[in-house]
Order: sequence, then C-alpha cells, then structure tokens
Amino acid sequence: MQVVIENVGKKFQSSRGDVTALENIDLTINEQEFVVLVGPSGCGKSTLLSMVGGLLSPTSGRIVVKDLIEDRDPLIGIVFQEIGLFPWRTVYENIKFGLEEMNLAAGEVNKRVDHFIRLVGLNGFEPAYPHQLSGGMRQRVGIARALAIQPDLLLMDEPFSALDAQSRTLMQEELLRIWYQTKLSTLYVTHNIAEAIYLADRVVVLSRRPGRIASIISIDLPKFDRDKGTNLFKFNSYCDQVWQLIRKDAQLALEEGDEQ
Amino acid sequence: MSFQRQVQNQMAFMDHQPPTWISAAAITAILLLWEFSCRVGGISALFLPSPTAIVAAGYEMLQSGELLTNVAASLLRIGLGFITGSTVGILLGLILGFSSIADAVGNPIVHALYPVPKLALLPLIILWLGIGELSKVTIISLGVFFPVIINTYSGVKNIDPLLIKVAVSFKTSRTNIISKVILPGALPVIFAGLKLAAGTALLLLVAAEMIAAKEGIGAMILHYGDLMLTDKLMAGVVILSLLGLVFNRSLHWLERLVITWKQ
Ligand SMILES: Nc1ncnc2c1ncn2[C@@H]1O[C@H](COP(=O)(O)OP(=O)(O)OP(=O)(O)O)[C@@H](O)[C@H]1O
Ligand SMILES: [Mg+2]
Repeated sequence: MQVVIENVGKKFQSSRGDVTALENIDLTINEQEFVVLVGPSGCGKSTLLSMVGGLLSPTSGRIVVKDLIEDRDPLIGIVFQEIGLFPWRTVYENIKFGLEEMNLAAGEVNKRVDHFIRLVGLNGFEPAYPHQLSGGMRQRVGIARALAIQPDLLLMDEPFSALDAQSRTLMQEELLRIWYQTKLSTLYVTHNIAEAIYLADRVVVLSRRPGRIASIISIDLPKFDRDKGTNLFKFNSYCDQVWQLIRKDAQLALEEGDEQ
Repeated sequence: MSFQRQVQNQMAFMDHQPPTWISAAAITAILLLWEFSCRVGGISALFLPSPTAIVAAGYEMLQSGELLTNVAASLLRIGLGFITGSTVGILLGLILGFSSIADAVGNPIVHALYPVPKLALLPLIILWLGIGELSKVTIISLGVFFPVIINTYSGVKNIDPLLIKVAVSFKTSRTNIISKVILPGALPVIFAGLKLAAGTALLLLVAAEMIAAKEGIGAMILHYGDLMLTDKLMAGVVILSLLGLVFNRSLHWLERLVITWKQ
C-alpha cells in the first residue's frame, strides 16, 4: 500500500480573512515506511494529517491510496493531538471502540483489547474512566485504541507530547518495537526534532505561512539504537540539519504569537 | 523582626459540607412555628389548618380509600405523559441536533410553539381527543416535550466535535455515532431538561384535572376547595409537594445510575 499526496493545498476561510495553511504538498508514504512531519507550530501538520485521514477535504490536489490488496477503503488508525477519549467509556471500552465496528467474534475482540492494553502498559486500569488517568496514560489509551484495529496506515499527531521525558523515551522505544513487528506505513507528526530523527525513515520538514515542504531528509541509520554509540555522531548532525531548516520559521512563529 | 504565617487552603469554602441534620432541623422548626401559630395565634382553621390537622385529614382520606384512587389516577396520567413526551423529545432532539436538514425544518417550528402556554391548547385538545384520559396525557406530554427537545438539542450541539471525528475515523456508522457518541455526550444536558420537565408536568397535571376530571389530585383539591374543607384541600397540596419531591429524587437516582462516568 502506498499513500500518494498530489499537489495538495488547504485554505481556511474565516471572518478575519483566508488562511492558506498548506500549499503544493507532494509526498508519498511508501509501504512499511515511517514518515515524520516536523515544522514550527501552525505550519499545517495537523491539517495535513486530517486530510490524509479523510477527516478534512483538501481545497486543491488529491490524496490517493494505491496498491491496496483488497478492494476496500484502507483502515486508518489515528492518534489525535488532543487524544479524544470518550469520557463515558472506560479504558477497556475506549480501546474496544474501533473493534466494535469490525464484525469480529467477541473472543477475538477481547483478546485484541487485552493484547493492546498490555502493550501500552495499562493492565489493571481497564475499568478506569479517562478523567481518572494521568495525561500520559490517556495518550497511551489513545495509541492502543488506534493500534487495536490493526490499520493499514497509522497517523499519529504528537502522540507523546503529554508524556514526561522518561516515559517519552520509553514509549519511543516501545513504538519502534511495535512498528518493527507490524511494519505499518506511518505518518507521524512531532515538533521534537530528536524524536523525528529517532523514529523516521524519512523526515519531512515543513515551512510556515503557507506550509510548504522545505526539505525531505532520508535518515540513513539503522532502525534501533540511533542515539547510541557509533550512530550518535550522525544522529546529531541530522538533528542539526533539521534545526537549521526550522530555526528561522520557529522564531517567526514565536514573535507572531507575542503580537497576538 | 520576622513574621510567620501558615499557608491556608483558600479553596476550602468550596468543599464545606453543612451537617446533614440541618435541613431536617429547618423543616421541623417551620412546622413547629406553623402549628404554634395555629393553636395559640388564633388563625382560623378555615384559612390555614395546622400541620397536625392536615395529617389527620390525610389519614382519614387514606382510610376511606379516596386518596389512593385519586393518586393512582394522577400517577397514571403523569407517568404516561412524561414517558411519551420525554421519549419523543429526546428522539427528535437527537435528530434535530444531528441532521442539518431536520434542524432547518424543525428548529423554527419548535421555537415558535415553545412559548405558547400549553394550557391554552387544552380546550382544543379536548375538542380533538375528547374529555377522557387521552387529552390529559397529551397535554402533559406536550408540556414535557418542549423542555426535553430543546435541552437534548443543545446537548447535541455542545458535544466536542473531536469525539465525532474520532468515531468517524473508526468508520462508525451514522446510527452508531448517534447512539455511542451523541446520546451519551448529551445525557447530562438531557437530564437537566427532564428535571425541568418534571415541574411542568406536575403543573399541567393539576390544571388539566381541575378543568376536566372527576378523579385525580387536582380534581380532589378543587372539590374540597368548593366544600371549604381546607384541611383536606391542604392534604392534597402536601401530596402534590411529595409527588414533586419523589419525582425529582427518582430522576436524580436514574441520572446517577446512567451517568456512571462522573465522579
Ligand atoms: N478549522 C480551522 N479554521 C481556520 N483556520 C484553521 C483551522 N484549523 C487550522 N487552521 C489554521 O491553519 C494553520 C495550520 O494549523 P494546524 O493545526 O495544522 O497546525 P500545526 O502544524 O498542527 O500546529 P501545532 O504544532 O501547534 O499543532 C494555522 O495557522 C491555523 O490557524
Ligand atoms: Mg497540530
């Protein structure tokens, strides 16, 4: 399976005037590829993800999923930036949500939910409601919920942003492990450059106002232990390369935020 | 010289719980004052019977069986009216909130009819449906319908759009989005509407029974008013107040049963 984003643009119309969030986006996510989007706040990362997920229509261009094995819509698992757990569902029921629409046998559903609860380390919290969880635990429920449907394509919007640094490191390792088992085509959004280099096969750097692809960088490092030993030097130079690309835009974004 | 202050919790007043006996004590005090003014203050029993006289009259009515038949008749009407009115109100409210076509058609109609005092429609409804039970049940369900549909609608409109996005991302069908996302999301507001409607239902019940019924608490109160039997009239009023209380408590209980995810 391959996701092809062809010359996509997005304009938002509002009373304060139009905002061109994205322009001329051309990008292909290949089978089993982990693509990471980085860019300063407001450059349109979430917008692009929503359009790939079929939750928002582009104003120009189109997004096509090619080379499907079966003639059906692809299953897309989305981890949202604001998580969006159902407050009236327990951890267990939240993870089960997507499976309920899939006509699976009850036994299979329970097995999968149990599997993914253990995977994100939430065993024991099955009967808890979202408001009883910490921010990081909620994010893990959101991740388990998206993975449980065993999607063809995984979209993740800053899934670890509410985690503390330690959990973040652990979850990144965990995500790599899960990814290595499933080899899911993944589009991942972050503003953390080190995280991008750590996870990505390719890093897509977006510029700001309007959001355009500034650069696409293939990460030529082994999938594991990128930030260790002999890999570390290369890892750091990739980080620096991306930072130089983003720096000016990030500064502009910050100054604009001050004015408002 | 130096000072020392302990840091106090400035939010403490928010979780200050008054002792539970305080409401009971207040009611007892009022009843005692009432009883006392009737016995000593020389208030005529015709104008305001004492609490004990009301209880005695109520006991007598219970023994004769008339209390039970009247209460049963009223309960049936209000029960049927409340259930139909709220069911239809919730269903239509969900549809109005979810479908923009239904919203465009239904919303102006609902808001045009809502301000009409439902009692003004009673003569018309009696003309259409006869003077029997159906017209009384109908007027009650009408009175219940409006606060429920309006609350359900605003409950639906206030659901976090992100949750609907999440459901859509899992390819949830439209009907399941309504039952799994919109309905639970709107439930707290729906319950507020149901509690509001309970008051309206009671009001319309009594009014309809006073206008057009032989049995029922409203008819009974009117009957004893005509006979100037104030203690029996007051017994009816007390029953109404208890009915309202029971109604409210039951809804509260149901709410806690259904909305398990809050506290
Ligand atoms: N529904 C909307 N209506 C109008 N403008 C919007 C809407 N959604 C996003 N925008 C605008 O589009 C631009 C891109 O927003 P988007 O949420 O995609 O940014 P982002 O890259 O995800 O930022 P962040 O890193 O802060 O999450 C912003 O300028 C934002 O103001
Ligand atoms: Mg975003």
